[in-house]
Amino acid sequence: MKRAFPILAILTAGLLSYGLYGALVQAPTEQTMGDVQRIFYYHVPSAWTAFCLFFVNLVASIVYLVRRDPKADALALASAEVGVVFCTVVLVTGPIWARPVWGIWWTWDLRLTLTLVLWLIYVSYLMLRRFSSSGQTPMMAAVLAVLGALDVPLVYFSIWFFRTQHPQPVIGGGGSIDPRMLHVLLMNWLAFMCFAVLVCWSRYHLEILRRQVEETQALESLASGSAR
Amino acid sequence: MTYLFAAYIATWVIHIAYLGHLARGYARLKKEIEGLEKKR
Repeated sequence: MKRAFPILAILTAGLLSYGLYGALVQAPTEQTMGDVQRIFYYHVPSAWTAFCLFFVNLVASIVYLVRRDPKADALALASAEVGVVFCTVVLVTGPIWARPVWGIWWTWDLRLTLTLVLWLIYVSYLMLRRFSSSGQTPMMAAVLAVLGALDVPLVYFSIWFFRTQHPQPVIGGGGSIDPRMLHVLLMNWLAFMCFAVLVCWSRYHLEILRRQVEETQALESLASGSAR
Repeated sequence: MTYLFAAYIATWVIHIAYLGHLARGYARLKKEIEGLEKKR
């Protein structure tokens, strides 16, 4: 990964630039909402990326619970943190789109509320990891992650099974989308996924390094203690 | 257009802020590693 990192970074920068160009120039203007609809090209791919990262967090947490592998625990932490960043983007761009379209910044609609709950679950997960010093923290966090992941399908399918104010799904929901819009949407998703992989890897690497440094510091203090 | 640019700018502000947080984490760790190497 270390060798592939610069290549992937350049590729990601290119994809993000192309995605931005597509969203602002290439995609046709939606007839009802106008240019504000273009927020969709950042909002939706960010949500899908956040879901993927929370899925990685779920798998890594299960692996940790089964094998007690510290690398799986580090990956769970990294994916949750980056997932929260993407989920924050969703919660910020959504109201910016809603204000001119719905006339309000926020409503306690099922999809919106469940997304906020999802964000709060993973923020609690990160706070648990940050502030708990117990040796059981990784295990408690993994259990919380498994339970928290249950909210992801609820968020995704809430607009399928319940009548909500949130727009209906663009893919597989019975609606239709202009192929040029779909192309830009998928391009931006690919770009955000590559970006998420890069950031997640950096966070994972940082976590592994931090643990190694902490271990070395603990060994050094033990050694200096026994020397006295 | 104001809302559109606000959404795009907000997205990148959030991502750049997180990248800055990561960079600070790496810098702090680098200092700790240097400190450990000096002790040796």
